[in-house]
Amino acid sequence: MLQEQELKTFVAGTTNFFEVSAQQPATIGSPYLVTKGKPGMHDYTGVIQISGKREGIVYFTAPRAMLTVLLMKMQETDFSHETMKDLVGEVANTISGNARRDFGQDFVISVPSVMTGSGKFEIPESAGLHPFVIPINWRSHSAKLVVALK
Amino acid sequence: MNAFKLLIVDDSNIMRRRIERSQQFDELQVVGTAANGVEALELFRKTDPDVVTMDITMPQMDGIECIEKIVGLKPAVRILVISALADKATAVEAMEKGANGFLNKPFTDRQLNEAIAELMRGA
Repeated sequence: MLQEQELKTFVAGTTNFFEVSAQQPATIGSPYLVTKGKPGMHDYTGVIQISGKREGIVYFTAPRAMLTVLLMKMQETDFSHETMKDLVGEVANTISGNARRDFGQDFVISVPSVMTGSGKFEIPESAGLHPFVIPINWRSHSAKLVVALK
Repeated sequence: MNAFKLLIVDDSNIMRRRIERSQQFDELQVVGTAANGVEALELFRKTDPDVVTMDITMPQMDGIECIEKIVGLKPAVRILVISALADKATAVEAMEKGANGFLNKPFTDRQLNEAIAELMRGA
């Protein structure tokens, strides 16, 4: 079962990126557990795999519009597909770095990978993972942090 | 005349541009940017920088291995690690290989400039 402190670490890694990089904090919506179906994906998704003491995945998924504004706030002028992928990869990287600091060597955390295209993330049902979804709201946009650990 | 040559190493285009854009030192001249350790070594040999910003997690050759090789080529080089890896073990390993400073991602412009200033004081 997901522990509150673990969830806080992943959330802090995500919100910290917005607060520091864009100088504008993100807020957290009401978290919910996905018991039926699959958590949704936005246009760009940064994924980290967790193994060791806990197993599963954590991903940050955001719409292109949100990432575009975030890039503008970071003084970027390149809004290409590659730059969007780069950005969600950096967010996932920050989440991963936070987790390594807080959880230590009991958790083995992968280098982030990036997926594109909205849809449903394919978490194998046989894995017995119940994804926890935390809405990440920033300006008028909403992204999702999905934590699925067992 | 620029006093220090800077090489920026990071696999993220965004981060490379961010570091280049945000550093505010007239005496620093960016002589190259590299997306991994292999590129960084090649550029290092060509440009002979005095100061390097170095990411850790990169394809082909990571920052830790690259630091070791760069310090082997030029022991007086000053290296600032800029990484999302926030754990102490990574920072200690980088320092043991020859890094002189460590800045966590994400960072503000002010944090970046303070870290670079600190690095140049020792150069």
